[in-house]
Amino acid sequence: MKYIIKKFFSTIVTLVVVSLCVFLAFNVIPGDPALRKLGTEASQELIEQTRQQMGLNDPLLVRYVRWFTSFLHGDMGTSYNYNVPVAGMIIDKIPITLTMAVMSFLLTILVSIPLGIATAKHENGLLDKTITITNQIIMAIPPFFSGILITFIFGMIFKLFTPGGFVSYTEDMSKFIRYLIFPSVAIALPKIAMTVKMLRSSLLDEAEKDYTRTAYSRGNNTSGVLYRHVLKNAMIPVITFLGMLLADMVAGSIVIEQVFSIPGISRILLASISNRDYPVVQAIIMGISAIVIVINLFVDIIYRIIDPRIEIAE
Amino acid sequence: MIRGDVMRKGVSSLLMIVLTTLTVALSGCSSDKAGESASLDQSAGASTETVTGTADTASEAVADDLSKLIVGIPQDISDLDPHYATGAGIKEVLFNVFEGLVKPDASGNLIPAVASEVNISDDNKVYTFTLRDGIKFHDGSLVTVEDIKYSIDRNRGADGSEPLVSSFSNIESVNIIDDSHVEIVLTTPNSEFLPLLTVAIIPESNTDPATNPIGTGPYKYVSSSPQENFIVTRFDDYWGDKAYIKDVVFKVEANSDAIVLDLEGGSLDMVARLTSAQVAQLSDKFDIYEGTMNLVQAMYLNNAVKPFDDVKVRQALCYAISPQEIMDFVSDGAGTEIGSAMYPSFTKYYDPALNDTYNQDVEKAKALLAEAGYPDGFTFTITVPSNYAQHVDTAQVIAEELKAIGVTANIQEVEWNTWLSDVYSDKNYEATVVGFDASTLSASALLARYCSDSSKNMFNFKSDAYDAAYANAVATSDDAEKTKYYKECLKILSEEAANVYIQDLPEFVALNKKFTGYEFYPLYVQDIAKIRPAQ
Repeated sequence: MKYIIKKFFSTIVTLVVVSLCVFLAFNVIPGDPALRKLGTEASQELIEQTRQQMGLNDPLLVRYVRWFTSFLHGDMGTSYNYNVPVAGMIIDKIPITLTMAVMSFLLTILVSIPLGIATAKHENGLLDKTITITNQIIMAIPPFFSGILITFIFGMIFKLFTPGGFVSYTEDMSKFIRYLIFPSVAIALPKIAMTVKMLRSSLLDEAEKDYTRTAYSRGNNTSGVLYRHVLKNAMIPVITFLGMLLADMVAGSIVIEQVFSIPGISRILLASISNRDYPVVQAIIMGISAIVIVINLFVDIIYRIIDPRIEIAE
Repeated sequence: MIRGDVMRKGVSSLLMIVLTTLTVALSGCSSDKAGESASLDQSAGASTETVTGTADTASEAVADDLSKLIVGIPQDISDLDPHYATGAGIKEVLFNVFEGLVKPDASGNLIPAVASEVNISDDNKVYTFTLRDGIKFHDGSLVTVEDIKYSIDRNRGADGSEPLVSSFSNIESVNIIDDSHVEIVLTTPNSEFLPLLTVAIIPESNTDPATNPIGTGPYKYVSSSPQENFIVTRFDDYWGDKAYIKDVVFKVEANSDAIVLDLEGGSLDMVARLTSAQVAQLSDKFDIYEGTMNLVQAMYLNNAVKPFDDVKVRQALCYAISPQEIMDFVSDGAGTEIGSAMYPSFTKYYDPALNDTYNQDVEKAKALLAEAGYPDGFTFTITVPSNYAQHVDTAQVIAEELKAIGVTANIQEVEWNTWLSDVYSDKNYEATVVGFDASTLSASALLARYCSDSSKNMFNFKSDAYDAAYANAVATSDDAEKTKYYKECLKILSEEAANVYIQDLPEFVALNKKFTGYEFYPLYVQDIAKIRPAQ
């Protein structure tokens, strides 16, 4: 309980720091939202009036406090660019990005854990060597590039999906999921490679330890030792890693959404940054940060379930 | 060991948040390649295509896949309220949904729209409009003279706010004469006021124009989603020639690299403003329409900073730079040379003779530089918005050309917002390469910004002769005389070498061969109502 309260407060502090960072960042980078919105045809007076309406003429601290208090009241403000409440604008987009992150996460687990076990089990075998080399290559390819390759190979040559033919979940759920498969693969590929490598070395480390010898001496065969004893211990660092991966996937979707023309949260984020649409950027960053923090919280809890020896550091 | 892991994870999760924030903030400084069309850079073109179809071909009989057209657009339709929409990329799409009292046609004339008749008093002070009989809004209600007054008043800031259309500050009053007539009375006479009355007429009864757009155009609004799409459907009660295609989806294509893939893959039927490199990658599934962008591309010079405050230096640059060479390098020779601040679609004002004011002559350029006191040349910076590849490429060719006269040009690419605030607003620059467009069908849309007292004069250009000629052009109501004065303005700009004028850029539109009928406008317009199935 004490732990949860502590975690709750550190979450709040982190979010405040993040929001302040974003706020300050926008004060450092050049660009005036009013000018951006009105373009080169507008009169100086109209630009000034619009700045006034947007509240941009107030001092930084006043603006921050105003934003912060209304955010606490659940009001994320109004988009400068779209003239509509921010919440309504992004709420429809969150499921798109989250679905993609979850799909690539499941894909990572489903592929990497069996592969990791197989490579460790047959250390230095043909399978192990092939996978290790393939892993090196895949890890070196950035997701945007594998995204373009996947679009070209599976979209243009094999015609397994229509590039840019995204269908929203509000229209057709199954088409929506089908379109997201290849983007998820693009996100998952390097993560799979990393997880396999991690699990393999973690398993091999554990296999060197004393309890493994004991387990063998009690008459277990290799599989028995592996699944009943070694795997459980070897999974602990892997779970930490997977938790970080899930968070990274939410953030990593920024690039993939561009490559596959997916109108998710990241597309809005990027457009809002170049439009200097601060209220939208603030809201989305707060959302992404909150997701990352919550995921880490879950990792801690799963930790305790998998290994009761762990007490969370006080 | 394990505890250590737990603690390290706390640090790394914080690190990740910080990194995410940084990535996001930094990407704000990078270029968005698909290009945000600001109202500065407009395109549309000399009409090179003509439509031969008839109006009653409406597509009930058309196969299902042809009753829907998917158009890729580079910019999100963020403003659904037409009076607040400023981006050229937004206005070109809203053209299909909204109409003004008058509207432009493909050959550059103003044709009656919501008004069926226009009457201009002899002194150019009173504009009287007759409301088109029986014209309806998309919600089915009839357009009334009150709606017209409401729309004009909203744009001129009749409630005391700043006018949304700055020229509307010249309106003294909008008067309803009877059920079908409205007059607009100006404070000072203006014979070029009509092109401004393309501002959308919207219903006064609509309480929420920002989310529920209602107009009178050939297409009516269905739905839109940020960064995703803008969907319209044919308005069957349209007063004029009805559209052919029933459903039109404008799909936001933020990533220019994906455009070719999406066209080839079949998720887009049409995209405007492609580069010649993109066109080269397209298969024969598409018809390519070639026009011009209708903009004045130039290396704009800050006439107030050294050495550009000396007319000889500016002229030397003009002699050193060859527009043809730039066109050859940037777009395989496509494009039209210009010699002053007017593009060729404005046939009335465009004077091809001005293209020869400065023919490339390196010796002459060197001599002028020596006269101005720079025998060994000088160094300056060209600031270019990075999202416009064609302007960046042009700047690079210019930098090469200037080496011949000993001038070193450093190219600084900046993000569009930085360009807007530093270069355009604060005039804190030496030279820049961009393109200026005309927002209305009038020469003053391009020429007003060169007056020494204009707040839009980012060049710091100052010429008493120019100010006088421009004032004469605006004051007179005789068209021949007006044209004469505008031509004089253009000549002064050319002779004074206000800027290094280069070209009107080429524009390519790809349209799936299943459809036909794309038309270029001399303004920023995508007229979807003219597109029809090809059979």
